[in-house]
Amino acid sequence: MDTRRALTGIVFVLPFVIGFIAFFLYPFILSLMFSFSDVSVGASGYELTSVGLENYESALLVHESYVRTLTETVQSMLANVPAILIFSLFVAVLLNQPFRGRGVARVVFFLPVIFNCGAVLLIENYDFLTNTLTGGSAASPGSEIVTSLFYGLKLPQGVLGYIMNAVRAVPDIIKASGIQILVFLAGLQSVPESLYEASAIEGATGWETFWKVTFPIISPLIPTMIVYTVIDSFTAPNNRMMELIQNTAFRGMGYGVSSAMAWIYFVVIAAILAFVVWLVSKWVFYQE
Amino acid sequence: MAQPITETHGSDLRRRFEKSKFQGLVWAIARTLLLLGMAFIIVSPLLVKISGSFMSLEDVYDSSVGWIPRRPTLEHYRVVFQFMNYPRSLLLTTLLVTAVSLLQVISCTFIGYGLARYDFPFKGLVFGCVLFTLVVPPQLLLVPLYINFRYFGAFGMGPGVNLLNTPLPFLLMAGTGTGIKNGLFIYIMRQYFKGMPRSLEEAAHVDGAGPFRTFFSIMLPAAQAPLLVIFVLSFAWQWNDYFYTTTIFQAKNDLLVHRYLGVVQDYMLAFREEHGFDAPFEMSTMILNTASLYYIVPLLALFGFLQGRFIAGIERTGLVG
Repeated sequence: MDTRRALTGIVFVLPFVIGFIAFFLYPFILSLMFSFSDVSVGASGYELTSVGLENYESALLVHESYVRTLTETVQSMLANVPAILIFSLFVAVLLNQPFRGRGVARVVFFLPVIFNCGAVLLIENYDFLTNTLTGGSAASPGSEIVTSLFYGLKLPQGVLGYIMNAVRAVPDIIKASGIQILVFLAGLQSVPESLYEASAIEGATGWETFWKVTFPIISPLIPTMIVYTVIDSFTAPNNRMMELIQNTAFRGMGYGVSSAMAWIYFVVIAAILAFVVWLVSKWVFYQE
Repeated sequence: MAQPITETHGSDLRRRFEKSKFQGLVWAIARTLLLLGMAFIIVSPLLVKISGSFMSLEDVYDSSVGWIPRRPTLEHYRVVFQFMNYPRSLLLTTLLVTAVSLLQVISCTFIGYGLARYDFPFKGLVFGCVLFTLVVPPQLLLVPLYINFRYFGAFGMGPGVNLLNTPLPFLLMAGTGTGIKNGLFIYIMRQYFKGMPRSLEEAAHVDGAGPFRTFFSIMLPAAQAPLLVIFVLSFAWQWNDYFYTTTIFQAKNDLLVHRYLGVVQDYMLAFREEHGFDAPFEMSTMILNTASLYYIVPLLALFGFLQGRFIAGIERTGLVG
C-alpha cells in the first residue's frame, strides 16, 4: 500500500469520518444512554439520571398504543414488501417493452418519489376532499371488480386474504415502487440481446425466457432492493411509528421513553433485515 | 408430390404468423389499459387537488358536481398565498434546500470517489459505516441530534452553542455526507467511479495534475449523469422533509413546510377572530388542499425540467453493477 496514496484516500473520506462521529455515532450512543435514563433539559445543558430499564417498561407496558403500533408497522411491512417487489419487477418488464409513450410512462411511475413523500403524504391520509371525490374507497377505483374476480377463483383462504389486502393496498404499493421500478428497468436493459435471440431460436416462449434468462440475470438486484424497500417502509413519513416517537419526545412521556421506543424499533428492524438478507442470499443466482 | 407439402407448410406458417400478430395486438391493448390504470392511480391525488383548489364551497356541498367545478373560484389561491406568506417562505426554502443539496452532492461525490479509487487502512470499516447510516431509522437519532445542536460543542458538559433555528445543522450534516439518505448517494457515486476506466486519471497524472485537481477538473465533469440523479433525489427529499426541519426549526416557522403544516390552524384562528364563529370544516380541507399544491408545484416544475436527463442518468449510474 502506497503511503502517499493512502493519505490522499483518507483526506477524501475525512469529511464523512468527522460527520459520522459528530452527527451519527455520538447521537447514536447518546440515544442509547437516554433510553436508560431520565433526561432533564435546562438552560445550561441536560442532565441524565440512570433509571435502569424503567423507560423500556414504560414503552412496552405503560404506553397505551406503542405495542399495537409496533406490531401493526411490522405486519404491514411484511405484507407490503413482497407485493412491492413483485409489482415493480412486473412494471419494469412492461416498461422495458417497446411502445409509444414509454418515456412518459417512465416519468409517471417515478412521480411518487418526488411528490408523494414527506409532508404531503403525511396529510394525505386525513384528507377529506380526496375521499369525497374518489368515493371514499381508499382512493382505489375499481378495487371491487378485482375483488370479485379473485373470489371466483376459489383460492385457499390464506392466499385469498393476502390478495385481498394487496388489492386494497394497490395505491400504496404503486406509490412505494418508484425507485425499485427504475432500478429493475436499468437491470433489464443490461441483459445482453444475444441471450434473447438464442432463446427465441431455441423456441422458448416469453414465459420461459423470463424465468430462464431475464430473472437469473437481474436476481442479484433483489437482495439490495429488499433491503431498500424494508428500510424505506420503516422510515416512511406516513409510518405511524415516526409520529409516535416524535410526539412522545416533545409532547409526551419525554426523551428517555422516546429513545427506548426508538431502540426497540431499531432492534426489531435489524433482526428482520438480518433474517431477510440471510434467507434471500441463499437462493440468488450470482453471475460471478 | 412436393407441391402440396410446401403449400400446407406455407399456410401453417401464415396461420402461426397471424395468430402471433393477433396475440401481440391483444397484449398491446391489455398493456395499455394496465399502464393507464396505474398511471391514473398515481396521478389522481394530484388531479383531485387541482380540481378541488378551484371549487367554491357551494361546489363542495353540491353532490352533483364531480371533477369539474361549476362555480370556479381563485379565492383559495388568494387566501392561502397570504397565509403561507408565499414569496418569503418559498424564497427561504429554495435557498436552504438548494444550498443543502448542492453541499450534499459535492460531499457525497468526494467521499464516494475516495472509497472507489484509494486504498487506505480501515477502508472496509468506513464503507460499512456508510451503509450502517442507512439502516438506522431517523427516529433513533432525532432526540440526541436535537440536544446535540441545542448545546453544540459541549458534549454534555456546559452550555455550548445553540444552533437550533439556524440552517447550520443542515449545512454541517450535508457537508459531511451525513444528511438525509446521504449513505445512498455515497454508495451510488462509489459504484459509478468504480466502473469508470482508470485511463483518465493516469493521463491527468502524467500531465502533472494532483489528486484533487484531477478530481475537480476531470472526474466531476465526467460524472454528470449520476451527479444529476443524486442532486434531484437530494433536492426532492430535503424539500419534502418535515421530520428534521420541524425539529431543528422549532421556534421559527418561516419555511414552506411550516407554513403548509400550520396553514389550517392560522386560517381557522383568523376566521374566528374576524367572524366570531368557526369556519366550516370543509373550508379547512380546501385550504389545506390548495396549500399542498403551493408546496409541491415548485418541486414538480424542477422535476419536469430535468426528468429526461434524470431518467437517462439512473440507467447509467452503475447501480446495476
